[in-house]
Amino acid sequence: QQPAQFTNPETPGYVGFANLPNQVHRKSVKKGFEFTLMVVGESGLGKSTLINSLFLTDLYPERIIPGAAEKIERTVQIEASTVEIEERGVKLRLTVVDTPGYGDAINCRDCFKTIISYIDEQFERYLHDESGLNRRHIIDNRVHCCFYFISPFGHGLKPLDVEFMKAIHNKVNIVPVIAKADTLSLRERERLKKRILDEIEEHGIKIYHLPDAESDEDEDFKEQTRLLKASIPFCVVGSNQLIEAKGKKVRGRLYPWGVVEVENPEHNDFLKLRTMLITHMQDLQEVTQDLHYENFRSERLKRGGR
Amino acid sequence: PCAGPVESKNEAAMSELVPEPRQKPVVPMKPMGINANLLGYIGIDTIIEQMRKKTMKTGFDFNIMVVGQSGLGKSTLVNTLFKSQVSRKSSGWNREEKIPKTVEIKAIGHVIEEGGVKMKLTVIDTPGFGDQINNENCWEPIEKYINEQYEKFLKEEVNIARKKRIPDTRVHCCLYFISPTGHSLRPLDLEFMKHLSKVVNIIPVIAKADTMTLEEKIEFKQRVRKELEVNGIEFYPQKEFDEDLEDKTENDKIRQESMPFAVVGSDKEYQVNGKRVLGRKTPWGIIEVENLTHCEFALLRDFVIRTHLQDLKEVTHNIHYETYRAKRLNDNGGLPPMTAETEENHESNL
Repeated sequence: QQPAQFTNPETPGYVGFANLPNQVHRKSVKKGFEFTLMVVGESGLGKSTLINSLFLTDLYPERIIPGAAEKIERTVQIEASTVEIEERGVKLRLTVVDTPGYGDAINCRDCFKTIISYIDEQFERYLHDESGLNRRHIIDNRVHCCFYFISPFGHGLKPLDVEFMKAIHNKVNIVPVIAKADTLSLRERERLKKRILDEIEEHGIKIYHLPDAESDEDEDFKEQTRLLKASIPFCVVGSNQLIEAKGKKVRGRLYPWGVVEVENPEHNDFLKLRTMLITHMQDLQEVTQDLHYENFRSERLKRGGR
Repeated sequence: PCAGPVESKNEAAMSELVPEPRQKPVVPMKPMGINANLLGYIGIDTIIEQMRKKTMKTGFDFNIMVVGQSGLGKSTLVNTLFKSQVSRKSSGWNREEKIPKTVEIKAIGHVIEEGGVKMKLTVIDTPGFGDQINNENCWEPIEKYINEQYEKFLKEEVNIARKKRIPDTRVHCCLYFISPTGHSLRPLDLEFMKHLSKVVNIIPVIAKADTMTLEEKIEFKQRVRKELEVNGIEFYPQKEFDEDLEDKTENDKIRQESMPFAVVGSDKEYQVNGKRVLGRKTPWGIIEVENLTHCEFALLRDFVIRTHLQDLKEVTHNIHYETYRAKRLNDNGGLPPMTAETEENHESNL
């Protein structure tokens, strides 16, 4: 009747609590993860295409792109769609919050009010739930990360970009992304990246900083982290189409002069962006919880009542 | 990495108990080669690896309380469980020391490390429990202590500027030692467990099980289980908190067959069949603590430490602590006052 597992002589002194990470692992796999990603940027910068490419899903199946006339009166909308992705038994419940209408109006002055309200509302709701009686199933809809799309056509940040990022950098992790990178040559990209980084520093904008790799990580991981940090802001290309290239089918864009491959690191930073997002998903959540949410909470509690 | 017993469960998510070097999943910076479905690989499962690395680095707290009459081997058992001298044995009350008039609560903390994982273990001893002539209400100091830890946690949680990792002194597990009379539970046992099973995870343990033969042990366990059931005492793992079918099946087996664990503790080693084992030497043989045919110590150890450690903490946090908190919210006066806050803003924030 005795289970065979105990016939192995144990190393004396082995207690077994080193197995705790496995127990945590098992519970995490069962629970799965939730992550909310917000995308902000002018129309036509390829946001939807990029999101679809990142998660290999089609979050925007039937899109009716409004014409210019319709856009005049449009105010910023908030559209949240949730998709469940499973990979090797691990479930991710991803919510993408889209902000169509941002930057479209002729006068964009009130552009970001709706967005800021949305972010605050999620904090408010979480605070309320956290203070409530039944806390077993709190849903975390707080925005963990915001991809801010910068147009590749300008010379750097536009005034709207600066104002918006300054308005939300204390509420959410900002990851600036240069869209439609295939309109730029490699040198133009480097110049634009540097310009944008300079402007970010000049205006005191706080973007999300990747934590340095810990000293006990292996060299590969450290190198990967160094590369990621050096490439911000990421220059990306997205695509919903599979193109035949070099005998394989790849996601890409077909031009008369060649094929831009989305997942080719020499063509653009798409893979870097995805790597960054996945390897730092937990950190993004933690910074949201420990920094942005706590800031909101302490401000809110200090102010008291409504 | 140390050698260890092979896990009997066949689950993909739970690999061997041996803390072997993990294969590091790396989200590919270069595109994956051949993919059957052309959809590629995102790398979501690597998030789990990140979490485990985090757990290993930050280490964790574990607070275990032992309750039972003097001389039932509580300290020895805890030392055996953690293979270190984490609890000081008392050699009985000598003439100079007085038996405490009430139950004392003594908490001693240790940091132990294994396989790269750091544990801050706190053992909470309760000398004096059940030792008086009149033991009425002797569980009250214990219940008070447990609630005080909940209160401490709650106070920190509602603070405006609260700590990132709130220090956790809450009792995650209470081992209750049953005397191996062979007859039944004592009234004190029932009273204690009835009161405390509502606020803390209780794991009943039959102490000094080497005084019973195999048949006596089986009968005694059955009787104890029956008595606990008849009196509505829900010991850990509580039926109502089984999360899914898998948990239920596993826990049913433990609840209905294994518990309460009949244990023997020892910190002395003897040579048996060429190996050094922990045991007790008697004229009629050596009782091997970690031998499952001799006693169920190894089952208790595996249960508390190797498989249910995290769950013990989660049930404490998600159930017992929340129950306490809900009660406090409904009490007169509400939650403890926050710093830099006036009374009138109190209600609206909650």
